[in-house]
Amino acid sequence: MNVLVLTEDGEPSEQALTLARSWGGTVHSLRMDAITPFAPDAIATILQRAAGDLKPMAVFAAGTDRGNDVMARLAARTGLPFAANVVAAEPGDPVKVTRQRWGGSLLEDATLRGSPTLVTVAPYSVRITEGAAPAELDASRYVEQLDPRDMLVQVREHIDPPGGGVSLAEARVVVSGGRGVGSKEGFAIIEELAGLLGARVGCSRVVTSAGWRPHTDQVGQTGTKISPDLYIACGISGATQHMAGCKGAKKILAINADPEAPIMSLADYSVVGDLKEVVPAISAEIRKRQ
Amino acid sequence: MKILVCVKRVPFTGGKMVLAPDRKALETRHLGFTISPHEECGVEEAVRIIEAGSGESVVLTLGPAEAVEQLRDAMALGIDRAIHLQTDGSEWDGESTAAAIVDAIRSEEASGPFDLIFFGNESADACGFQVGIRVARELGRPCVTGLKGVKVEGPSIRCEQDTGAGRDVYVLPLPAVVTVKEGLNLPRYPSVPGRMRAARKPVVTSSPAGPEQNLGLVELSVPGGPGRQTKLLGSRPSAAPVVVEMLREIGVA
Repeated sequence: MNVLVLTEDGEPSEQALTLARSWGGTVHSLRMDAITPFAPDAIATILQRAAGDLKPMAVFAAGTDRGNDVMARLAARTGLPFAANVVAAEPGDPVKVTRQRWGGSLLEDATLRGSPTLVTVAPYSVRITEGAAPAELDASRYVEQLDPRDMLVQVREHIDPPGGGVSLAEARVVVSGGRGVGSKEGFAIIEELAGLLGARVGCSRVVTSAGWRPHTDQVGQTGTKISPDLYIACGISGATQHMAGCKGAKKILAINADPEAPIMSLADYSVVGDLKEVVPAISAEIRKRQ
Repeated sequence: MKILVCVKRVPFTGGKMVLAPDRKALETRHLGFTISPHEECGVEEAVRIIEAGSGESVVLTLGPAEAVEQLRDAMALGIDRAIHLQTDGSEWDGESTAAAIVDAIRSEEASGPFDLIFFGNESADACGFQVGIRVARELGRPCVTGLKGVKVEGPSIRCEQDTGAGRDVYVLPLPAVVTVKEGLNLPRYPSVPGRMRAARKPVVTSSPAGPEQNLGLVELSVPGGPGRQTKLLGSRPSAAPVVVEMLREIGVA
């Protein structure tokens, strides 16, 4: 019996491999960069042909942007159902899966029909276990058979991110402001504290919808998912949409005038008070000790 | 240009996920509803493209009778008319949803094809990541997902995808299907005249048959696991020294 895994660089593919190994067959892998620059229809075609040869029980990929994209293309071509971002998948008829909804704020137990089973594995959701390396497929013979139509959708150009600094997703410390900050100008004290801590500034969805900060600063289900050592949430209530983006933080400090705000019981540390007073006081204290 | 935007009605969730007694849906009695966030940006983009040129924009949803509210919301922002594929409110998987949308597009295109079709990259609630791609495949049109930038350039469209380390650029010939993400633009708020005009814009309703679901919801649950133990460090500015001690302890100050 075979299982087939579409792999990329990075930890999410290790999680997909871990779940694939638990199915008990021989694990074969195809690399996402078998075609460069990235061409999702071409990869889906190769995956479909490889699946035709190997007759796998299941095809797995990581629940990354590209993993979900290519797996949906494979599902569309083969007319099979596809479950995105599973955290568990048990072989059977039907297959039982548990998958993430609402960016991971809710889990769904579901049945999945069709063969092979098509799933992506939610990033960072499965404890990685070591195992035998997969048998990597030689994609070259499939590449030779590609149709020019498979190459219609292909990356033409890459634009580097604007000037320097670590990205929000990779920052070690993030200081975020929410509705409580009150205005675009109100972010000056958030920026000051972030500057003292070498942190990136983040914000909640309310803030980007109001136009106070660019969307690239948004932490949340529809923004960036972060996993810093410390997340400081100032004037943020802690709606599920926001927590879906910051729950990966090792420690969370919440500063909020409302002791009943949800975030005040979801954080590791809390300070009750008006952020407009508390945040400058923390900055002053850091300066005093420098 | 003739543009279609496909949207989904989803609840505004607050601080806590509360399940309905049958554990097959969220308890929504106390929640408001909205167009799923990525798709709000699809609506805005369609309106901007038509405003900058000429043509017609159409919004489509598959959902319960109440989803007409989201169609009116889209029309209040400037979409010209709406197609409502009405359901009994039960869950449709990605395959069934895509099949019903393809049927609706085919009958609509008897009067001329859509040059561009917008979807959200994934819905906020079900997070299926597939309807736009399935529709594109069935219609034989190119599709790029997760876009944070689109620009119509003559007979083609330039698409920018955020990779987390910059942007990948694709150029597709029209007609095409694109799936977009929040951050594509900053959607406008509806004006009062916009709302009044929306109330008079046409909505065509039909009731597609709900096929068997190959991805079938059994039960929902709220993820558990050990929560965080919250330590109150103090209140008001006098908490600052304790906060800075904590920052030092965990090695960030």
